[in-house]
Amino acid sequence: MDLSYSPEETAFRNEVRAWLAAHLPADIRAKVTHYQHLSKDDHIRWHKILAAKGWSVPHWPVEWGGTGWNITQRYIFDEEFGLAGAPSLAPFGPSMCASVLLRFGTAEQKQRFLPRIRDGEDFWVQGYSEPGAGSDLASLKTRAERRGDHYVVNGQKIWTTLGHYGDWIFCLVRTDAAAEKRQEGISFLLVDMKTPGITVRPLILMDGGHEVNEVFFDEVKVPAENLVYEENKGWTVAKYLLGHERMGSGAVGSSKRELAALKALATRELKNGKPLIEDTRFRDRLSRVEIELDALELTSMRFLDKMRRSGQPPGADVSMLKIRGTEIQQAITELMMQAVGPLAQPFVAVEGGEVDPLASRLSPRYCNYRKTSIYAGSNEIQRNIIAKMTLGL
Amino acid sequence: MNFEYSDEQRQLADSVRKYLGQAYDFDKRKAIVHSPAGCSDAVWSTLAEMGVTAIALPEADGGFGGGAIDLMAVMEACGEALLVEPLIEHIGLGARLVARAGSPAQRAALLPGVIDGSLKLAFAGLEPGRRYELAPQSTVARRQGQCWVLDGEKSVVVGAPWSNKLIVSARGEGGGASLFVVDSRAPGVSIRPVRTVDGQRAAEVRFSGVQLEGDALLGPKGGALAHIEEATDFATALLCAEAIGAMQYANEATLEYLKTRKQFGVPIASFQVLQHRMVEMVIHTEQARSMAILAASKVDSASDERERRRAVSAAKVKIADAARLVSQESVQLHGGMGMTEELKISHTFRRLTMIGQRFGDADHHLERYAALS
Repeated sequence: MDLSYSPEETAFRNEVRAWLAAHLPADIRAKVTHYQHLSKDDHIRWHKILAAKGWSVPHWPVEWGGTGWNITQRYIFDEEFGLAGAPSLAPFGPSMCASVLLRFGTAEQKQRFLPRIRDGEDFWVQGYSEPGAGSDLASLKTRAERRGDHYVVNGQKIWTTLGHYGDWIFCLVRTDAAAEKRQEGISFLLVDMKTPGITVRPLILMDGGHEVNEVFFDEVKVPAENLVYEENKGWTVAKYLLGHERMGSGAVGSSKRELAALKALATRELKNGKPLIEDTRFRDRLSRVEIELDALELTSMRFLDKMRRSGQPPGADVSMLKIRGTEIQQAITELMMQAVGPLAQPFVAVEGGEVDPLASRLSPRYCNYRKTSIYAGSNEIQRNIIAKMTLGL
Repeated sequence: MNFEYSDEQRQLADSVRKYLGQAYDFDKRKAIVHSPAGCSDAVWSTLAEMGVTAIALPEADGGFGGGAIDLMAVMEACGEALLVEPLIEHIGLGARLVARAGSPAQRAALLPGVIDGSLKLAFAGLEPGRRYELAPQSTVARRQGQCWVLDGEKSVVVGAPWSNKLIVSARGEGGGASLFVVDSRAPGVSIRPVRTVDGQRAAEVRFSGVQLEGDALLGPKGGALAHIEEATDFATALLCAEAIGAMQYANEATLEYLKTRKQFGVPIASFQVLQHRMVEMVIHTEQARSMAILAASKVDSASDERERRRAVSAAKVKIADAARLVSQESVQLHGGMGMTEELKISHTFRRLTMIGQRFGDADHHLERYAALS
C-alpha cells in the first residue's frame, strides 16, 4: 500500500499550482476568498483564460478540446483550484450539458454547441427542478408540445442557478402527459434564453445574494432540432448525467484553504487576551473538523484508486463524499462565524456606518452554505442513494 | 409545583401576540427593517402602553414590580414575531441598570421615560477585540473637577442608533468598572450604524473627550461590574425566552410544511427519517424551554450570584445548542424554500443564529458554568 501521489502526479500538481499562481486574476481570487458573488463577466473572463490555456474542459475527449488527463490528474486539478481560491467553472455547460451532448447529441448538435461551451461563448444553465418537483424530479410538469418543426414550451423551473447569466438553458420537459410511467414522457430540450416568452425572476437567498432564479416559459417556441436524444427518452439522459457526478464533490481543496483561513482568523481573534486558537474548546472543535477533512481526503483518494482500477463510474461513492464534504464546509463556515464573536452580527452599513469587510461576510456565508446540504441532490436523497445502491435496501 | 403562567402573565402575552400578529406580520416587519430608522415608533409606544416596559421595574419607580418570569411569555411572543425593536437592550439592560444602580434622582429622571417609551436606552458594554467580556478596558473615564471625560470605543452596541441615551461602562483611573448615562447625541459621541444579520440596528460607538456632568455616574464608582453582570444575566434570561418563541415558530412552520409538501405522491411528513428529525427539534425546544424557565426564575430569586450565574449559563448553553439544531433543521426540512428571503423561516434562522452568540456563545457559557461547578 502507498498513500502518496506518484512523482509524476506531484509534478503535475506543481505545474497546475504554478500556472494558477500566475494566471488567476487577483480580483477574482479576492472575491472567492472574501465570500463575494462573482459577476457574469468574472465567470466568462476566467473561463476564457482557462480556454486559452486549453484547460477549460479537461474531462472532454481530446478531439473536442479535452486534455486527456486521467481521473487522478483531474482530481488534482480540481483540488488545486480549491486550494488556490480559483472558482470552478459553472458546471452546467462544460460538465453537464456537454456530457449529455457527447453521449447523446447528434454530430450537428456537437459541432454547434461544444466549441462554444469550451470557449466560454455561451453560458449554460440547468432547467431541472420545479416548484412541485424537487427531490422527486420525475413529477415535473413543464410541457413541451410538438407543433410542426418546433416545440412550444409552457411551465416553470425553479432554483436555476445563475439563470440570470444564462444564454442557454437545458431543460427536462414533459412531452407525453399520457405516458404510463411518469419517467417515460420526459424529453431533454435545449432552449435559447433569448427566445420570446422566457422570464427570469430572481430568488434572493437569505444572505441577500442573487444566485438562483425562477424561470417561466410562456408559449416558448423551440426548434425541434434542439431535442437531445429521442422524444420521451429524456429520463435516460437525466440518469446518465446523475451517474457522471465527479469525484470532486467533497470539495477537499477549497475546504483545506478555508480551514487555513479559519486558523489564521482564530490566531488573530483574541479571547481573554490570548489568541482564540489557544482556547481548548474552540481548538478541539476546529481539530475535529480538520480530522474529518483528513479522513475525507483519504476516502476520496481511495475511491479514486478504486475507480482507476475498475474503470467503473464512482456510483454511490460520490454521494458519500457529497454528504461529508458539505458537512465539513458548513462546519467551517460556522466556526468562522463563531470565531469573530459579536462581530458576526453586523451585516451592512447604514447611514454612514461601516462594517468589517471580512467579519461581516462570515454570518452571511454561514447562512448561504446551508444550501450545500440541500442542492445537487439533498443530503437526504444522497443517503437514499447509498442505502439503495450500496446497501441494497 | 406550578409551571403555568398566571392569568395576568398570559393575558399580557396574549394581547402582545395579538397586536404583533396584525401590526407586525411578515410584510410589515420587512418594511420596518428597511425603513431609515429600522425600528417602528408606533410599535414601540404600543408595547409601552401595554405595560411591557414597566413590568420588571419596581413599583416605587412606577413599574409593576415583576421580574423575568413575568416577561417570559411576552418575550416568547416577540421571538415568534421576530421583533427588531431593541426591547431587551431597553428593558433588560438599560432600564435594569438604572433601576438597580441608579440614585433616587436618576431613577426619577429616567424611568418615567423608559416606562412610557419616550426615552430609549441602549447599553454600550462590549469593546473591540474583547469578545463577550463585560469588564471595560479600553473605554476610560477621567475625573475633571466635578465632571467626567469619557474616551474609548464600544463594539456592536445593539439599539444605539435609535437610542436617546446610552448607558456606558468605562474603566476608572483607579481601575474597576463604572457606569455613565450619556446622551446619544452629545458632542464627542459618534455612532456608526449597521444593520445586523437578523435585521436589527447596532453601531460602533466612539467617545472622544465626551464631557459628562458629575451626576452622569450611575452606581458606585469603580464598583459597577456586579450590576453589569446582573443586568446581562437578566437580559440573557429574556433572550432565552425570546429564543423559545422563535423556535416554537420554526417548529410549527416546519411541521406544517412537512404535512403539506408532497413528493413521490405523498406528504414528506410520511417519511420516518423526517419524522424523527422533527421530533428531535421538538425535544430540543422542550429542553430549552425548561432551562429558559430556570434562568428566568433564578434571575428573579436566586439566593446568591453563583446560583444565578450557573442557571443563566446552563440555559444559554442549552438555548444556543437548541437554536442551532432547530434553525438548521427547519431550513433543511424546508429545502430550497427555506433558503429564500421570501419565507419567514430564513429570517427565523438568522435570528436564532444570532441569539446563539449574543451575550456569549455556548463555549463562553460552558466555560462560565464549568468554573462555577
